[in-house]
Amino acid sequence: MSSLVEQPRGIELADRPADVAMNMGWTAQAHEWATTVDHKKIGIMYVVMSIVFLVIGGIEAILMRWQLFYPRSKVLDQDTFNQLFTMHGTTMVFFVGMPILIGIGNYFVPLMIGARDMAFPRLNAFGFWVTLFGGVMVYMSYITGGAPAVGWFAYAPLTSNTFSRGAATDFWALGLIVSGIGTIAGGVNFIATILGMRAPGMTLRKVPFFVWTMLWTSFQILLAIPPLTAALTMIIFDRQLGAHFFDVPNGGSAYLWQHLFWFFGHPEVYILILPVFGMVSEIIPVFSRKVLFGYEFMAAATMGIAFISLSVWAHHMFCVGMGRMPDLFFAVATFLVSIPTGIKFFNWLATMYGGRIWFASPMLFSFGFLSMFLIGGLTGIMLGAAPFDFQLSDSYFVVGHFHWVLIGGTLFGTFAGIHYWYPKVTGRMLSERLARWQFWLLYIGFILTFGPMHISGVLGMPRRIYTYDAGHGWEIWNQLSTLGALIQVPSYAILVYNLITSLWKGKPAGDDPWDAWTLEWMTTSPPPSYNFEEVPTVHSRRPLWDLKHPEDPDWQYE
Amino acid sequence: MDVIGQCALLAAVRGSPGNMSIFAPASPGAHSIVDLAILTFVVTGLIFVVVEGVLLYSVWRFRQPRVEQTGEPPQVYGSMPIEVAWTAAPTLIVFFLVLVTTRTLWDVEKTQPKSKPGDNTLFVNVIGHQWWWEYVYESYDGRILGFVTANELHMPVSDDDTMRPVYLTLKSADVCHSYWVPRLAGKVDLIPGRVNSLMLETKEPGLQLGQCAEFCGAQHANMLLRVNVDTPEEFERWLANESKAALEESAVADGRAKFLAQSCVNCHAVRGTPARGTYAPDLTHLMSRQTLASGIIENTPETLADWVRDPQPIKPGCLMPAFGLTERDQQLIVRYLLSLR
Repeated sequence: MSSLVEQPRGIELADRPADVAMNMGWTAQAHEWATTVDHKKIGIMYVVMSIVFLVIGGIEAILMRWQLFYPRSKVLDQDTFNQLFTMHGTTMVFFVGMPILIGIGNYFVPLMIGARDMAFPRLNAFGFWVTLFGGVMVYMSYITGGAPAVGWFAYAPLTSNTFSRGAATDFWALGLIVSGIGTIAGGVNFIATILGMRAPGMTLRKVPFFVWTMLWTSFQILLAIPPLTAALTMIIFDRQLGAHFFDVPNGGSAYLWQHLFWFFGHPEVYILILPVFGMVSEIIPVFSRKVLFGYEFMAAATMGIAFISLSVWAHHMFCVGMGRMPDLFFAVATFLVSIPTGIKFFNWLATMYGGRIWFASPMLFSFGFLSMFLIGGLTGIMLGAAPFDFQLSDSYFVVGHFHWVLIGGTLFGTFAGIHYWYPKVTGRMLSERLARWQFWLLYIGFILTFGPMHISGVLGMPRRIYTYDAGHGWEIWNQLSTLGALIQVPSYAILVYNLITSLWKGKPAGDDPWDAWTLEWMTTSPPPSYNFEEVPTVHSRRPLWDLKHPEDPDWQYE
Repeated sequence: MDVIGQCALLAAVRGSPGNMSIFAPASPGAHSIVDLAILTFVVTGLIFVVVEGVLLYSVWRFRQPRVEQTGEPPQVYGSMPIEVAWTAAPTLIVFFLVLVTTRTLWDVEKTQPKSKPGDNTLFVNVIGHQWWWEYVYESYDGRILGFVTANELHMPVSDDDTMRPVYLTLKSADVCHSYWVPRLAGKVDLIPGRVNSLMLETKEPGLQLGQCAEFCGAQHANMLLRVNVDTPEEFERWLANESKAALEESAVADGRAKFLAQSCVNCHAVRGTPARGTYAPDLTHLMSRQTLASGIIENTPETLADWVRDPQPIKPGCLMPAFGLTERDQQLIVRYLLSLR
């Protein structure tokens, strides 16, 4: 299929992780992974760590859904429940969402731009290890007698010593500071790598779309994480050193925390979605056999989202009584984000239109992304209409909305990416049959879990309540949600099973199983530690298209 | 998208006191939010149908298994006119949404007027506590009231001739809370160090339910809200009773002495007695309330006795401990509390 692209293959056999593993003792292997500075191994570790935390966060979610199945149910007590939703949110955002995207970026950004590694390999390893350490630290809070029970956005002054006794909140804040340092390190590294290490000929206008989105995500990381780090440091100062940043009776401001947190928190949402936009922008063209429609507009829209998303944070705070004009400003800014997002959507559809769409698992998950993320975006418009948000804010409608974005968007897109790139990483194909089971169980379970939440929210059910009274019409919707969550469980189990067993059962992938167009498919699967024996020269956005179609290369049209 | 609204309406039993649907508005403010909501549903619903339709059509029309594929389809790199068109279309929609949002925003966010005689307006300070609501009645119709009650708001019903709005001034004594009675208004947060305002008014007499909407600690789930919308006559009667100091019945003098001798008085107040605590609900007219523990249990002699014996099984984590009273002391105190009508 891709015999046009021949690469010298000196020692690739010895480089397959599976083969290396066979030749190495257990300790030697552990030592190898612990000390590696290879961006590919670090990327794999990021993804594995994220999947472990995904399972932990999922178990937390199932426990909560079990408690909410019946009104006034006594499965969990209030403290356990409040700790669970705090840990679930913290885990999914900081230790699943961000690291899985940074991990995939780590593996593929250097490969896609024809580089041999990230710009700062040791900083890269440092970033991973402190992220993992931060996650472990947050979970260590259980040792102190219980996890924090403050919610993942931890509104002051609930985080003060007065209202959160014990050390759990300190572990939480410290853990997030530490993992935040890792995230910032990752962001710096991506920017340096993408700006400084592209293959000859690959101007910034010719980078693969995933790389472009990782660049803007990294800028957002640099702008969004430091305010969070500062705010968390203030919490630690308040709790440990008697400072008064959020201590209202002593002249502090509880309101300040909300602004600081959401100044991080909203760009964070785009940190979690922009790389996914990049992944589906790689996958949809390959599986539709068409070039990405309107690359320049897509690229500009990405920049637009990255900029506008820095000025929408207070739409999380419509109910704090900011007044009409600030409410209006943030409502308008929020609506504006929908314009570049719409542009992206239309361009994806235009890419598919007139193509030859092959529904292999990456495309199937991309379809899941397109069909579901749209709904999350539209409920976002409802929440952006400030007066409507006065009703919807902090209700289950919001819970439904952001899960629709983070699962329907981020997770479906990430699974598309995992299915797309697994053959490159391991040299083996994932089982398509299992992938289909995983997709449909997730698709149905997800709709059933989070659809009803929109309705219970509209019926007046606030979020973060450990129990509720019968008689408000909430029972049936909660029961459907729990049922949906149970349907999702086997889907994740299948994913883990498929990822593990395909390591040796999967069909050998070859270099370029999808007949794709970006540089990572030029090297072997898995790539050697040095990635490319010869640094490739690039003439267009689809270097492999040019090689495969010398009679009609892309650079004639760009 | 309309489907969500429809289901919500169907699921909510209209008129039943348990109904907390935002699509069953009982006030002008809640009504204008529903109008905006329906408009947004229609707009987003249309976008949904069109985009999802194009997606499904493309999938159905251009689907082709790999084995049947020969050669590559024509490559289309983009089109300036098309891009301009689908940038302009959402921009117009956004412009429209900004206009309707602005209108509703100006409609529901009211600035609080000054109290003056003849305005038929009630002013109440609401102070959020972990995990109950304190209501300080300031004035009604220009009359200074100045009494304190807890957990159950009473307000007069409006009618076609007279509007009787209530302006709530929202504050917090500890952490952030949020005041949400869905059928009457959108929520407004109570944030320590800030003063917020919310206006309620309704022509529908009866009970409206709601609850705290901002996570505020262990018992956030049981920080329920009850708004009794009374006829003007009922409301005046209720005001007259609440304004009085606590009754002093000689039959419960023993219980009163016991109550005042215990640490109850450190947190609770009973007007007209030395009990002046401010950390916990005012008990002056406890028996005029329908519920205990911020709305989670009915207020009956039995539940009151259970609560005084040990509140923790009823509302675990609440700030009132069990006092380990002897059975006799406890009975005396409950009997006294039952006299606080």
